[in-house]
Amino acid sequence: MGETEYAVIGGGLVGMAVAFGLQRAGRRVTVFDEGDVAFRASRGNFGLVWVQGKGAGLPDYARWSRLSAALWPELAAELEEASGLKLELSQPGGFDICLTEAELAAKAASMAALRARLDGDYPFEVLGHNRLREMLPAIGPKVAGAIYGPEDGHVNPLYLLRALTAAFLGRGGRIENGAAVAEIAPLAWGFRIGAAPGWRAEKVVLCAGLGNARLAPLVGLNAPVKPNRGQVLICERAAPFLPYPNLHVRQTGEGTVQIGASSEDVGLDDGTTPQAMAAMAKQAVDMFPVLENIRVVRAWGALRIMSPDGHPIYEASRAHPGASLVTCHSGVTLAACHALRLAPWIAGGSPPVPYLESFSADRFALSPAA
Amino acid sequence: MPIDSPFRRLPDAQARTLAFTFAGRELEAREGDSLAAAILAAGIATTRHTPVSGAPRGPYCMIGLCFECLVEIDGEPNRQACMVEVRDGMRVKAMQGARGLGKGPADE
Repeated sequence: MGETEYAVIGGGLVGMAVAFGLQRAGRRVTVFDEGDVAFRASRGNFGLVWVQGKGAGLPDYARWSRLSAALWPELAAELEEASGLKLELSQPGGFDICLTEAELAAKAASMAALRARLDGDYPFEVLGHNRLREMLPAIGPKVAGAIYGPEDGHVNPLYLLRALTAAFLGRGGRIENGAAVAEIAPLAWGFRIGAAPGWRAEKVVLCAGLGNARLAPLVGLNAPVKPNRGQVLICERAAPFLPYPNLHVRQTGEGTVQIGASSEDVGLDDGTTPQAMAAMAKQAVDMFPVLENIRVVRAWGALRIMSPDGHPIYEASRAHPGASLVTCHSGVTLAACHALRLAPWIAGGSPPVPYLESFSADRFALSPAA
Repeated sequence: MPIDSPFRRLPDAQARTLAFTFAGRELEAREGDSLAAAILAAGIATTRHTPVSGAPRGPYCMIGLCFECLVEIDGEPNRQACMVEVRDGMRVKAMQGARGLGKGPADE
């Protein structure tokens, strides 16, 4: 079988961003992708490049998300150049729209607390109905207001995955498709990937989403991730009406209207339900009455990859040096940090930020890390 | 009016003749035609231009799957012409790009 310097397990947005970044750092990389039977969060997500509201429980996560949003134009430019694709990156700021005054007040308080923990360096604005209407004329009378985050934006996540893949392959990277990895065995030198004889890799990076939970212990790591389902409604393309993305509705660069933001704990069921779809549609129409007659043409469920506190896990194995773990819920937002900052660290560089240890899985240990 | 269409009606077609318009042109259909069939039988191949590239498109699958035959019918945008039975007096227009939102036809 084959040999490689770095084996990246998982060919979704996390794995491809890491693989692209490792390759950029001069490493030889092979990606092992499970194939179309995988849960494919990278193909079901909403496409936000999002900062606001993240990190209320861990300010370093807010710092990391802001860094990635700031790096996104650099990543997009490089990928567009390498792939010839347009990623539809737009970062005009975004809204978290609230339908009640109580919800708006609670969110404003939470954002103010986060700003205080970040020594005042955390931009956002609280907009009442009238000021919001000046920026978003399509809002309906039931909208109380919104939080505006000037660093928020969105991108086409499918073009992002395709561009990462094209750039990686174009620079000589290798992807093993249909290559579900059931076993990883530490060897005296390196790792065996897959059942014997398998592949031999000097280093292995776990980027397998929900699959990390099972793979991590094989190389001395801990990835207690669980699925959380989100459903998405895809509506027909419409003339531009929504110049800013928000957490519930966004209009893509091609005019498609997407409605989302359900959250359910239903195990590995990535289906859809009429109840969730109806609730999302009603909320979207309450926010934007012009959507009343738009047609829904598709709907799907996708599984978020959630750690116990919702924050990423980045860890290098102490038991088996050369193995590392990258898992998070926000593979789109964090793609820039993963490719341009985290991968150089995995390639042997120094930690990209002084707070990287905040994302260690040690935080889930029952007692202080042994 | 002579019609230049690659589609021919069956020689024993007996259904009543109806009138409809496409992009302002007066056309004939037979009762029971789908709108897409009536448009094709009238020799019209292009029923929309796409929102993304502006490429011309026309009825293709005729069974409701491909969404290539989207037209505006009596002011309502993005109807699938193959899934609608033609009616006497129907006013049909090509879809030019994406629909508008709110009340009223897309491109007026």
